Amino acid sequence: MQFGGKRKKLITNPQYELYGHCLQFYDKPPLENISLSEFETFAVERLRLLKTVENLGVSYVKTSEQYQKKLFAEFSNLNFPYKIEADDHKVQTGPTEHEKRRKDHISHFILRLAYCQTEDLRRWFIQQEMDLFRYRFNDLPPQLKTDFLHRNNLKYDMISTEEKNNLKEKLIHSSHAVSGVTLENQDFYKVPFQDALDLVRTRKVFLQGGYAYIPQQDIITIVLNDFRTRLSKALALTARSLPAVQTDERLQPLLNHLSHAYVGQDYSIQKNIGKISLEQIDSLSGKSFPLCMRQLHKALRENHHLRHGGRMQYGLFLKGIGLTLEQALQFWRSEFIKGKVDADKFDKAYAYSIRHMFGKEGKRTDYTPYSCMKVILSNPPSQGDYHGCPFRHSDPELLRQKLQSYKLSPSGINQILELVKGMHYQVACQKYFELTHNIEDSGFSLNHPNQYFIESQKVLGGGKEIKREAETVQKGTENTGSKTPSVSQQGSAQSAQVLGDMEALEAFFQDE
Amino acid sequence: MPNSDYDPACLPDLLPLYYRRLFPFSQYYRWLSYGGVTKNYFQNREFSFTLKDDIYVRYQSFSTQSELEKEMQKMNPYKIDIGAVYSHRPSQHNTVKTGAFQALEKELVFDIDMTDYDDVRNCCSAADICTKCWTLMTIAIRILDRALREDFGFRHLLWVYSGRRGVHCWVCDESARKLSVAARSAVAEYLSLVKGGEETVRKVALSDPIHPFISQSLTIVEHYFIDYAIKEQDILGTKESTDKVFALLPEDIRAELNSVFQKEKNPVKRWDKVKALIQLKRASLKKGSQYIEKEIMLQYCYPRLDVNVSKGVNHLLKSPFSVHPKTGRISVPIDLRELDRFDPFEVPTISLICEELDRPKTTEEEEEDERMKDKENEKEAGERRRIRDYKRTSLAKYVKVFDQFLDALARSRKGEMLKKSDLQKDF
Ligand code: SF4
Ligand SMILES: [Zn+2]
Repeated sequence: MQFGGKRKKLITNPQYELYGHCLQFYDKPPLENISLSEFETFAVERLRLLKTVENLGVSYVKTSEQYQKKLFAEFSNLNFPYKIEADDHKVQTGPTEHEKRRKDHISHFILRLAYCQTEDLRRWFIQQEMDLFRYRFNDLPPQLKTDFLHRNNLKYDMISTEEKNNLKEKLIHSSHAVSGVTLENQDFYKVPFQDALDLVRTRKVFLQGGYAYIPQQDIITIVLNDFRTRLSKALALTARSLPAVQTDERLQPLLNHLSHAYVGQDYSIQKNIGKISLEQIDSLSGKSFPLCMRQLHKALRENHHLRHGGRMQYGLFLKGIGLTLEQALQFWRSEFIKGKVDADKFDKAYAYSIRHMFGKEGKRTDYTPYSCMKVILSNPPSQGDYHGCPFRHSDPELLRQKLQSYKLSPSGINQILELVKGMHYQVACQKYFELTHNIEDSGFSLNHPNQYFIESQKVLGGGKEIKREAETVQKGTENTGSKTPSVSQQGSAQSAQVLGDMEALEAFFQDE
Repeated sequence: MPNSDYDPACLPDLLPLYYRRLFPFSQYYRWLSYGGVTKNYFQNREFSFTLKDDIYVRYQSFSTQSELEKEMQKMNPYKIDIGAVYSHRPSQHNTVKTGAFQALEKELVFDIDMTDYDDVRNCCSAADICTKCWTLMTIAIRILDRALREDFGFRHLLWVYSGRRGVHCWVCDESARKLSVAARSAVAEYLSLVKGGEETVRKVALSDPIHPFISQSLTIVEHYFIDYAIKEQDILGTKESTDKVFALLPEDIRAELNSVFQKEKNPVKRWDKVKALIQLKRASLKKGSQYIEKEIMLQYCYPRLDVNVSKGVNHLLKSPFSVHPKTGRISVPIDLRELDRFDPFEVPTISLICEELDRPKTTEEEEEDERMKDKENEKEAGERRRIRDYKRTSLAKYVKVFDQFLDALARSRKGEMLKKSDLQKDF
């Protein structure tokens, strides 16, 4: 440890400059040596933070107060730095602000090592780090935001007053953040539309000639875009230097443990395989399927066909509840050939994609059953589609009718529709679960259609084998949150013999 | 109609002729090599062929124009699809380490298909189209073309009739070809206003402020709305279609209109009443329904995109000048200057153009043939003959549109190069 009690000297140290702001862009890798045990603690705690980011992101709207409150709580719990300026003079009880910033810095770089190894890991890591960054940046007071941009040399093109006046009407109509009153004092940045995709996608910005005109308030979009670009580039580079790390027998097991900890619930690992018969599906769909799957099942039975989006969403769900490949093929074939597709065409055009879902064709990529998040956010249904989440994608009126036809109480229906209105689709779905299963509190937090199924089977005690298996699956997944500490214990047992200062981490983050 | 005589059974006989004497290979090659600026751009492009009996072969690729010609003349594909430019030759994708074979670039494409409008068409359904509902495609092209050019700054857009019931757009600017998946989906979503499947009644929801893109699109829709939706589709004519519109209106307006419509039968005046009533009730309307009138117009007329087609870099799309096996029509470029007059039923079928080829030559053409004979060497001869061949058919005017598109591409490439060399001089 270099830093203990020698703070005065630090003023001339470049490290001090590095930690001059509570938020960083993680441009420069850490240059110091750290002990293996600190390495571990840092990594594990940041991982916990990122997992919290992920979990909150699933349960709450990211701009909501609860999200911010809960994230803040975890933040201070784990001693990560928070929007105050470094003040090393004050005597504090816990770690100093400087120490927190150092931890933020180093822990980020350690996880880069663990999470650069595969495309999936990289995607997960970038997503969580971005959410974390967005939250932290948004929370800064304006002056610290500007300070941050300066420090990191982020200069974006500002438009002239003249151009602003010419585009006045259009700018006002492009964003909530702009009005005739505020326009005069507002700066606008002009960036290629590719750098502001989130604003473009949602039409929250004025576009002309390939440029997006971004009001000051939305600058986070560009900063975040920069953040993502840099991070994904850096991860790719880190991945290339990984062989060097992999030969380090102290680090390798640790990094592997870290990267395995993220996976969370994986409903593709099926313990129920073959425990469900095709005859059961109709009755299960009424009792234990979430609304999205019930809707798909009904549409399939009625139309003897589902379009691609529906086949994927429903097919993977069925795989997740335990259908074997043979059953799945039989199930889809028998339904499709009742419609316009004959057996021959089915085998040619559809069987492949079903085998694909079971990883029997092509390269095996992402064939896990879709989570609620995925169903709700990606690939919304269009004309002729029945997939998606009914709480999100149905007209409230139709949803009401549907719930009525399922004999839900009027007050229950109103509660559900209220939740839908507030955009809490999964909570609405959970309410539906409670109402249809006659329980007060379901005692789980819904984020996956297959989880819905498993929980339902638990409550109904249906199909005894299914139940027992379901419980073990659930146990396994519930633990993921608390698994992390145990990982770290294992890690430290292993590393006890090799304790000592490590090589400078810098070596692993060479820029070019 | 000149093409009513197309018989799918003849396709196997016509295709060899088409690929031997009519398909515009040189323009096609010129297009996909994009001036040879990027090495192996044409060579690493995926083509896929659908052969007789729905046999589908992916990952075809060709090193030269003549190789492409030879293969197409040998295989006589019923349908040709174009895919992405890959990191390696697609034909050798099996020999490359998995993971290394990656789709790198592709035109940004849009696919608009009439079947997606089934809930708002009264004239036809599914794969059928008529000149009435074709207006939907005209509107779609107008709106998307404007936005892609003005909002996104793209300049090289090739609009193509799919041969049956829709249109495709190929955005060919270099910057468009390089877009990431995320960028493509952002563009497609920016352009999508109609949302929701079978379970959604109200598919367009506008809120304050109305984005300039939406206002501009509305201006275009308004231009067509009365003639197309009110008069031709007669959406306020029958009880059934009126009910569909009513489903989008708030309860009290619906009730009042019901009684007004008892007396008023003229659809245009009916629409005026709808607008007037909404106007009248504006103040009392719930937030979120103050733009109903605009929403109705958009729901009935706004382009419906298949976002998934636009998103993927490696998504395949039917190639221009491919034949539609069901209708026999050639997938031809559309001249936007003549857009309002474009009639899908006038697009030549393969049987028509093959027949035109058999008509006796004019004396002029004979003389031209004679004059050329001695000068040309073997290869050029084939090329020239083919040019003279398609020029004698109704395909000619569409190839011309394609030529103009290619010239514009070449011009801006040249401009780019000049700019670059100027920059170099500056240093
Ligand atoms: S919340 Fe999840 S499980 Fe429930 S209907 Fe929506 S997608 Fe299905
Ligand atoms: Zn029609």
